[in-house]
Amino acid sequence: MMLKKLFAFNGGVKPDYHKGESNHLPIAAAPLPAELVIPLHQSIGGVPHPLVHAGDCVRKGQLIGGPDGNVSSAVHASTSGTVKAVEPRLMPHTSGLSAPCVVIEPDGRDEWIEHAPVPWRSMSPGEVRDALRDAGVVGLGGAVFPSHLKVNPGKLGHLDTLVINGAECEPFITCDDMQMRERPEGIVKGAAILRDLTQAKQVLVGIEDNKPEAVAAMRAAVERLKAERIEIVAVPTRYPAGGAKQLIRVLTGIEVPHGKRSTDYGVQCFNTGTAYAVWEALELGRPLISRIVTVAGNVETARNYEVHFGTPMQDVIALAKAKPDSDRVIMGGPMMGYRMPSAAVPVVKATNCILVGSKALFPPPPPEMPCIRCGECALACPVDLQPFEMYWFSRAKIFGKAQEYHLFDCIECGCCAYVCPSRIPLVDYYRFAKSEIWARENEKTAADTARERYEFRLAREEREKAEKAAKLAAKATETKAKLAAQAAAAAAAPADAEAAGAAVPPEPTSTATNDPKALIAAAMARAQAQKAVVHPENVEQISPEKQAEIAEIEARRAKLREVAKAAQPQEDQ
Amino acid sequence: MINNSPYFRQPASVRGVMLKVLAALLPGLAAYVWFFGAAILVQLALCSAAALAGEWAMLAIRKKPVWLFLSDGSAVVTAWLVALTFPPIAPWWLGIMATLFAIVVVKHLYGGLGQNPFNPAMAAYCLMIVAYPQIMSQWPAVGFTDFSTQLTAIFGPDRHLDAITMATPLDALRTQLHTADARATVAGILGSHATFGNIGGKGWEWVALGYLIGGVWLVRQRIITWHIPTAFLATLAAIATIASLANPAVFAGPVFQAFTGGAMLCAFFIATDPVSGATTPRGKLIFAAGIALLTWIIRTFGAYPDGIAFATLLMNLCVPLIDMHTQPPVFGHKKDEEEDKKGP
Repeated sequence: MMLKKLFAFNGGVKPDYHKGESNHLPIAAAPLPAELVIPLHQSIGGVPHPLVHAGDCVRKGQLIGGPDGNVSSAVHASTSGTVKAVEPRLMPHTSGLSAPCVVIEPDGRDEWIEHAPVPWRSMSPGEVRDALRDAGVVGLGGAVFPSHLKVNPGKLGHLDTLVINGAECEPFITCDDMQMRERPEGIVKGAAILRDLTQAKQVLVGIEDNKPEAVAAMRAAVERLKAERIEIVAVPTRYPAGGAKQLIRVLTGIEVPHGKRSTDYGVQCFNTGTAYAVWEALELGRPLISRIVTVAGNVETARNYEVHFGTPMQDVIALAKAKPDSDRVIMGGPMMGYRMPSAAVPVVKATNCILVGSKALFPPPPPEMPCIRCGECALACPVDLQPFEMYWFSRAKIFGKAQEYHLFDCIECGCCAYVCPSRIPLVDYYRFAKSEIWARENEKTAADTARERYEFRLAREEREKAEKAAKLAAKATETKAKLAAQAAAAAAAPADAEAAGAAVPPEPTSTATNDPKALIAAAMARAQAQKAVVHPENVEQISPEKQAEIAEIEARRAKLREVAKAAQPQEDQ
Repeated sequence: MINNSPYFRQPASVRGVMLKVLAALLPGLAAYVWFFGAAILVQLALCSAAALAGEWAMLAIRKKPVWLFLSDGSAVVTAWLVALTFPPIAPWWLGIMATLFAIVVVKHLYGGLGQNPFNPAMAAYCLMIVAYPQIMSQWPAVGFTDFSTQLTAIFGPDRHLDAITMATPLDALRTQLHTADARATVAGILGSHATFGNIGGKGWEWVALGYLIGGVWLVRQRIITWHIPTAFLATLAAIATIASLANPAVFAGPVFQAFTGGAMLCAFFIATDPVSGATTPRGKLIFAAGIALLTWIIRTFGAYPDGIAFATLLMNLCVPLIDMHTQPPVFGHKKDEEEDKKGP
């Protein structure tokens, strides 16, 4: 066999792996629980909308959550039964928040909905993507990014390398290891499908060299299936070799920077479990309704189970028998896992491991000491950051500086905190800084929106004022014209009047049609007259018609006041 | 803060780091005792006691967890570095005062562990050499290891030092080259004196070798990286080589420079203080090269016995600037920076 040239990433650590505890027993099927609580939001992106109601009968694999737009993924019933409720339930997340879930009472028949292989070879790429989305296939390494969004050749039109990630670098977790040992053909077939969909020139399956059985099983499967352009590569065991970017670096030498698409560099990366799910979805027509979950840590028998989504974690833990001193449940591994708010939260697509903890297994960190800038964290960082500088600025809440030191390139792998002799919970500081920065950005966006709204209102008011003024001006011109006409009439009249011998007093306005004073005087006189008419009436009981009339008058008076105001400066001259 | 991931850690601690530093000083210390007597042990004890007392008082005043910090070992490391850079037959109060200054002023008044911009031991050395230049240059003669005489020198009211002191090789070189007749040469001075060895001065070269061994062990233990010792010694040797090639009569050679005075102690134990030193790989190289250059200049043209302390403090001042401009490229951004350099 040709020895493949591998590359290294800087940093990384070698913690105790604890893999042997859970990989000596074959994968077992976890029994169906009394109640399945299936969260609708199990992937990155939009929250799927519920398609069932309480009382509905569902079958295994039936769509219960429709994807919300393209950046979202479908959710299916894990077994057949009755929908008991669609309601918020506690989520498998540290926050302890609830979110909408479909609660299903299994009927025990485990009856599949009708399903058939997807003719993906004859379908357009868009149709295949839709099929994957509707099958609920997401990244099963833990990030649960909708896979259909990644199944494209990228800007370049083809991929150089498709990386299948079987590194599984987190301690305790062996679900990928066991799946590769027991179901390598499905993974290889899935990898071949992904190879064809992304038009990748080669497929490299990276597996840490502490899993020789998985490497052997996968190589045998590649040979058996005569899979082309698929190579199984054993990579050095060093956490976090299973980080997508680290594995891409190790296998291809390419460094994909933070915030860039790996396809722009001709690479794409899928987890082995995801490849298997792709194969199941397309070749068997089965949506994603279960996954392999490692139960390990402070338990009697650590093992891998095939678990239906929605199964309460405590049911799975019960199979492995948690030891009495257990004090916490962690989803994921000890380096990057999340502490669960309760053991009752359901297993979801992101649940690769249920890690039961105890004070003895994961002792509380000794008291935090000041940073002595020893630089161990920088040596351990797989992203070549200067963690102590980021810590310094995060702690001082100088977030701009923290960002200058590439805070957002941090993958939160925990290597820095793992090696820190001062036992500083460095990653917590980065999470804090990141969430503060996000919160501030949100606040700024909200403030910007509010400011824009306010400015819009001001502009509208300004415009309305201008329109009003324009109307008034028009009206004033009209009045002037009228008065001028009257004056003209009056001027024309004297001759006749004299002739008639009747002395007509000249109208006060006649001599000064352009004099605003005169205009005002006239208007005031008219208003006075109107007031005189209105005044005597009982103001307390007014009919609607009268009210309308008064309103009209009020409006007119307001206009007059405006005109008077406009005239004021001229008077002052 | 809640206990979040990672849930387990490597068993490392500040105390562990400090204990390893102390352990690494032992080979050099053994040679020291062998050639210059047990007086240094008395000084180590005095300085350590003073350091712990000063640390305890400052922690109590600053309302910090006393035992946690007192047991971290950092104060003892400072005390040892003070003792090892001071003349071992200096009066008892000198080391105590220096150590208290290092701990109270240079360390705690600047914020305590991890916060001091200057190397505490070197700041103390600078203070004392300015305040007591005469005492600070009274070094014991090699081979004169009578402990009771040394004790009298340290504690006694009458310090008869003439019999037991001797100019250090660096001192001899400078005073004779600068003051004596114009015919004096480096080779002549070093060679004429029977007690001066062939490398860095008899006795001193063995102490330096001890520090070198301990220092290499520290590198292998990943307590320090190779950057600072290598850059320091290489720069010092390079400058000394060029100078001595240009004028061998006036400038001492590279091996002498590296093995005499505090050069080896500085390379592995002083310049490598992570708190006051540069932290980036490139920064460490620049920082150490700067100390070496300044050390050579002060040794050669200055009036003080050795230039290590002043050079270190001067380079401590430059650390923020050095670190800021030597940030290593982040994963995936190496290309960007190359492109940035090329310009649009």
